[in-house]
Amino acid sequence: MKNAVDVQNLSKNYGDTEALKEISFSVGKGELFGFIGPDGAGKTTLFRILATLLLADSGAATVEGYEVVKDYKKIRQIIGYMPGRFSLYQDLTVEENLRFFATIFGTTIEENYELIKEIYSQIEPFKTRKAGQLSGGMKQKLALSCALIHKPEVLFLDEPTTGVDAVSRQEFWEMLKRLKTMGITIVVSTPYMDEAALCDRVALIQDGSIMQISTPYEVVEAYPMGLFSVTSTDIYQLLHDLQKLPQAHSVFAFGQAAHLSYKKENVTASEVIRFLKETGHEDVHVEEIKPTIEDCFMELMQGSEQANERTSGRADK
Amino acid sequence: MRTIFYIIQKEFIQVFRNKRMLPIIFVLPIIQLLILVNAATFEMKQINMAVVDLDLSGSSRQLTSKFQGSPFYRIISAPFSYDVAMELMQRGDVDVIMQIPYGFEKDLIKEKRTQVQLIVNAINGASAGLINAYSTNIILDFNREVLIEWLNPAEMGGIRRIVTETSYWYNPRLNYTTYMVPGILVLLVTIIALLLSGMNIVREKEIGTIEQINVTPIRKIEFIAGKLIPFWIIALFELAFGLVIGKLFFNIPIEGSLWVIFLSAGVYLFVILGFGLLISTMTNTQQQSMLVSFFFMVVFILMSGLFTAIESMPVWAQRVDLLNPIAYFIKIMRMVMLKGSSFADISNLFYALVLYAVSIISLAIWRYRKVA
Repeated sequence: MKNAVDVQNLSKNYGDTEALKEISFSVGKGELFGFIGPDGAGKTTLFRILATLLLADSGAATVEGYEVVKDYKKIRQIIGYMPGRFSLYQDLTVEENLRFFATIFGTTIEENYELIKEIYSQIEPFKTRKAGQLSGGMKQKLALSCALIHKPEVLFLDEPTTGVDAVSRQEFWEMLKRLKTMGITIVVSTPYMDEAALCDRVALIQDGSIMQISTPYEVVEAYPMGLFSVTSTDIYQLLHDLQKLPQAHSVFAFGQAAHLSYKKENVTASEVIRFLKETGHEDVHVEEIKPTIEDCFMELMQGSEQANERTSGRADK
Repeated sequence: MRTIFYIIQKEFIQVFRNKRMLPIIFVLPIIQLLILVNAATFEMKQINMAVVDLDLSGSSRQLTSKFQGSPFYRIISAPFSYDVAMELMQRGDVDVIMQIPYGFEKDLIKEKRTQVQLIVNAINGASAGLINAYSTNIILDFNREVLIEWLNPAEMGGIRRIVTETSYWYNPRLNYTTYMVPGILVLLVTIIALLLSGMNIVREKEIGTIEQINVTPIRKIEFIAGKLIPFWIIALFELAFGLVIGKLFFNIPIEGSLWVIFLSAGVYLFVILGFGLLISTMTNTQQQSMLVSFFFMVVFILMSGLFTAIESMPVWAQRVDLLNPIAYFIKIMRMVMLKGSSFADISNLFYALVLYAVSIISLAIWRYRKVA
């Protein structure tokens, strides 16, 4: 089966800054593929190249078999692109925006209404309202409707849920799942780790490089450490003290708890509790937990940072 | 075609929904024509004068009363010393001082010649020139009367005089508004067209919608046509609106055919819209676009021949003016409106504008790239 998106050794520099460093990946037809990474990792640059808005410095990329540089006109017919920033006409109404994009794609709302029905029906009661006056969640639904109106084969969604409330985010992902069942390939980026678990496959991206591509399940399975969730009355002191635990591999704050990773079989929960009691913590709870994508990401990031430090350290000498 | 039509419709919806835009479109022509035409005048309606009459004779009084009799002059002071009069000029109270020296009448009779001194405030060079011309005229007039009064008729017969009869073609009463209105109308459509088009595409860049448009299969030419045509229509409407105001309030003459006016305006507007488009492809924010537009507009307007005649500019400036679209259109408008020139008379100017429009729009389209 031909891939929906194929990227080979793609690089892009902005002056001295390397936004993308020789990245390669492919997305299968009908796949929901996620890019997870912090701000500035290169996600938007990658999406703009794939959406034919930006030229890469080197490397090749195809969408549905079309070259992004040579066949950009063909690609524009078959993709839907939703930029990270809301970019519809704020002074046009919901309906006018949708009709405008339908028209410039050479179609009508009625023709593809089936495809957007479920999403658009939620904002249809507000169709005479100006897009600028919609809530974040509704704007997102409108933008998705506009990106879908010409029945694209591949959807590129650049951080679609940034700045949207938790409930709308969940709704949004449910919509994506439904679109997937209609056979649309979806490539989505997000800074939210919890959303990664909803993708078929995820690519963890940082500093312009892809660190890992696998299913969310594999990502979690491949986590090499054991993991405790630790709480006590003084979270700040807790983070500080846990670093001193000899068996600790890494310690991160996760909301109100600290996640302590350790080499497997090295330490038990009761040992951690004892250690913390000795250092004067009260109300200590330690619980063995399964790693989330975020834990894995933190682990990978730490690994690559240490690698960077080692190489730059060598260069200094 | 349907796409272009829909983009045009979209632009119109956006323009009319913009609460700041509507007043600009309707109020600007009224303000410009009603206020600017009346305010920006070179005519000296009231010249404040101080007369220092050191002679205090019949002749000096006669000369003074000639000034008094003129509708343009108002003698606000008649001090006995030059210093006092100068003080008034320093304060800006008088525009001109006339000093009649002691012995004015005596010299006039005995020596057959005498002198008066005029001191004109030349802070504003243009009005100083006019004051000088007006005053000299009045003094010459006085001179003639003196000749008739004192010389005997027999001698008079021996003097041959050349009488100059001036009449002003195309503007018989030298009506200033007649001269200004066509030019102001040009400024009106220029400002509207340049600002609207210059800001429009930049605005799409600023709010990010250009990204969304660029990923669509829309063709460059469709997008640009869809952008330009609405402003073209609005600017032509402005011109019609302005002509109606000019006719109603100033009764300006429209000697030539409206058809020629609108045809030239149509081509001229493509030049201006092309400029606006070019500016918006080269800038990233509306502020930048405004500043660049203003720069060109000020240079073009000041060199357009609206306020100063192009013929009196230095040769190099006249050459530069060949690139000034406003100068072409003001010339066409004045020729057609005041002189009644036909299309054949303005065809050279017209084809120059056509050439200009084609080049600038090609340049703008070439500059506008969908791929960054």
